[in-house]
Amino acid sequence: MPVFYEKKQLVAPGDLLAEGDYVPGDSTYKENGKIYASRLGLVYYDGRRVHIVALKAFYLPAPGDTIIGKVVETTPGGWIIDINAPQPARLRASDVVERSFKPETTDLPSIFDVGDLIIAKVVAYDRTRDPLLTIREPGLGKIMRGQLFEVTPTKIPRVIGRQGSMVSMIKKETGCQLTIGQNGLILISGRSPKDERLAILALRKIEAESHTSGLTDQVNEMIKKERKAVESK
Amino acid sequence: MTSPIVVRIKKKRIIELLEKGKRVDEREPTDYRKIELEEGVIERAEGSARVRLGKTDVMVGVKFATGTPFSDMPDSGVLTVNAELVPFAAAEFEPGPPGEDAVELARVVDRGIRESKAIDLEKLCVESGKIVFVVFVDVYVLNYDGNLIDASTMAALAALINTKMFKYTVEDGEIVKKPGYTPLPIVNYPIAVTFAKIGDKLVLDAGLDEEEVMDARLTMTMDKDGKIVAIQKGGGSGYFTKEEIAEAAKIAQKKTEELRKIVVKS
Amino acid sequence: MKASKKKKTKKAKAKKVDKKSEKLIDKKGIRLDGRKLDELRPVKMEIGVLPNADGSAYLEQGKNKILVGVYGPKEAHPRHIAKQDRAVIQCRYHMAPFSVDERKSPAPSRRDIELSKVIRQALEPAIFLEYYPKTAIQVYIEILQADGGTRCAGITTASLALADAGIPMRDLVVACAAGKADGKLIVDLMDTEDKVGDADVPVAFMPNLNAITLLQMDGNLSVKEFNNAISMAIDGCKQLYDIQKEALKTKYITVKEEAEQ
Repeated sequence: MPVFYEKKQLVAPGDLLAEGDYVPGDSTYKENGKIYASRLGLVYYDGRRVHIVALKAFYLPAPGDTIIGKVVETTPGGWIIDINAPQPARLRASDVVERSFKPETTDLPSIFDVGDLIIAKVVAYDRTRDPLLTIREPGLGKIMRGQLFEVTPTKIPRVIGRQGSMVSMIKKETGCQLTIGQNGLILISGRSPKDERLAILALRKIEAESHTSGLTDQVNEMIKKERKAVESK
Repeated sequence: MTSPIVVRIKKKRIIELLEKGKRVDEREPTDYRKIELEEGVIERAEGSARVRLGKTDVMVGVKFATGTPFSDMPDSGVLTVNAELVPFAAAEFEPGPPGEDAVELARVVDRGIRESKAIDLEKLCVESGKIVFVVFVDVYVLNYDGNLIDASTMAALAALINTKMFKYTVEDGEIVKKPGYTPLPIVNYPIAVTFAKIGDKLVLDAGLDEEEVMDARLTMTMDKDGKIVAIQKGGGSGYFTKEEIAEAAKIAQKKTEELRKIVVKS
Repeated sequence: MKASKKKKTKKAKAKKVDKKSEKLIDKKGIRLDGRKLDELRPVKMEIGVLPNADGSAYLEQGKNKILVGVYGPKEAHPRHIAKQDRAVIQCRYHMAPFSVDERKSPAPSRRDIELSKVIRQALEPAIFLEYYPKTAIQVYIEILQADGGTRCAGITTASLALADAGIPMRDLVVACAAGKADGKLIVDLMDTEDKVGDADVPVAFMPNLNAITLLQMDGNLSVKEFNNAISMAIDGCKQLYDIQKEALKTKYITVKEEAEQ
């Protein structure tokens, strides 16, 4: 049963990837027994599964995802959050305020106001309704300080690295806290602007070179070099 | 993120940094971003130019037509400036007729060219009171990343300098083209610089982040002799003090000269 | 009192191609711009050219210069245009005032409106609209300089911009026109050939699925000529498709080269 490309080859929408008893994974689709690419990206064959790591894709919420969002509207029942997805997400007031929630007496904007950034988790999402968020777990809630960096969501796994190796390395080398949203937004919070700058340089490098191997070591080297360069000034 | 609502902690950071005299992209308060200028980008237009100021991208095309002059200025050609905020320039731009931002942009660019008399409009008269050339200057904003006025003024000036008029004769009251071209007669070079006021600090060439948090902006357009030909306060409900305006004028004189060198080569 | 811009502004008398006397194709089968009957104009394509747009592409074909920016999928506005079971495409074909010989008013003309519609319908079959109900995908096609065949070039560029935006598609869409001039069938008509020639047949095509998504015709052709014109147009599409793929992959290769330095 034929496959038509090699692992990690670049394919474009409409390219025929495989024919026969294969299962279509991310950014592919199956029609008449053939598997085609639906996005531009690198193709992987994993046993019977064919999938593509897209070069660029927007974020589609999945329950359990940790995301970073911006409050864009307050409503009587809660808040509307921009999470960089095709539909805006909702955070219910009942999720945040304790049991005896009375819309007339609770001042929602004093909790989260338009322009605030929050870390939240996706609770529910199906394509017919807006995604639903929660901040009821530890580590979730309003963001008070830090800088935001944005990458295309398909590169987030690279930023995390295998078993968190990349992100832990960056944290160690720059002393910055990194909060990673599955929706492509990363919060950087460091002890000084210089440290934050190093983290940003590291993230930019990962974004540009996400497809190369040995990237973790390369980023590590780069941070060390940059730090020396700054300190010698 | 696509919605134009400003992230609160971002605004705080911009203001905090400015207190220390620093900007988010490490520029000095009077530094402009990288400026790229291309001329003659649309060969079929009589003149054209494209300016990239940081990620702000503006294209200007100049087209000629013939028409009748204004009755109170029978020997003068006609200048018309129009601006389009092309919908793909920003997520919040919608297709449709020019809104107040596009109209303001066009009129400020127009004012600089008109009040400095950059184009010798009398040279565009074909037959007094009957036939004159109409110069259309179309400002096309391709990407919005702050400071459209300065980028558009530069691009418009470069496009006009780049503009060629065909040679012609008049036969039976009609214009007949001859072979050859002459450059459009440009005799002055207006350049605009725009200050953004954030807190009590003034910065030049605000990027998108800074424009989103500014309280007001002040544009000063100066001609080649350092004379002010246009001023526009806009961009918010803040205010300027007399001292700030005087300080701005001083900075503007130096800065417009610097920027003019990019557009006018000799 | 304003100058009467409402009155028709005159354009200086320029030498025009006279339908009766001037030939579009010479005795050796060479066209006005030196091309053979089945030759395309030189083409250049680039993706990712606009920083703010979710996806973008730029194309030059002969003197045509086309720039496309794409946003979405995003919440559909106003609400009533949203469809419950699929995304809607909001497509706008628009010509810059300086794109043509006689300055064109920026207000949409009836032609702009018709082209926006047929282009939208040429792109829709390629996109997985049903994946994103209640959302909108905005496709803004700007013709910066025009020289015939802009609706086809617009479709080809829009397809690249959609791919650049990471919007899932069944296939790329590519478009090319064929037509007839001086009794001969030609491909990729430029403006003069379109205005003075005998027929213009624009075709949009999804190469891997072998599907035609746009087909129009104006002029005068026999059925046989028409079928041949479609074949010629599809051949043109296939050549442009190769360039589309190269443009998509080139961006990646440039990034890779920078990384390996």
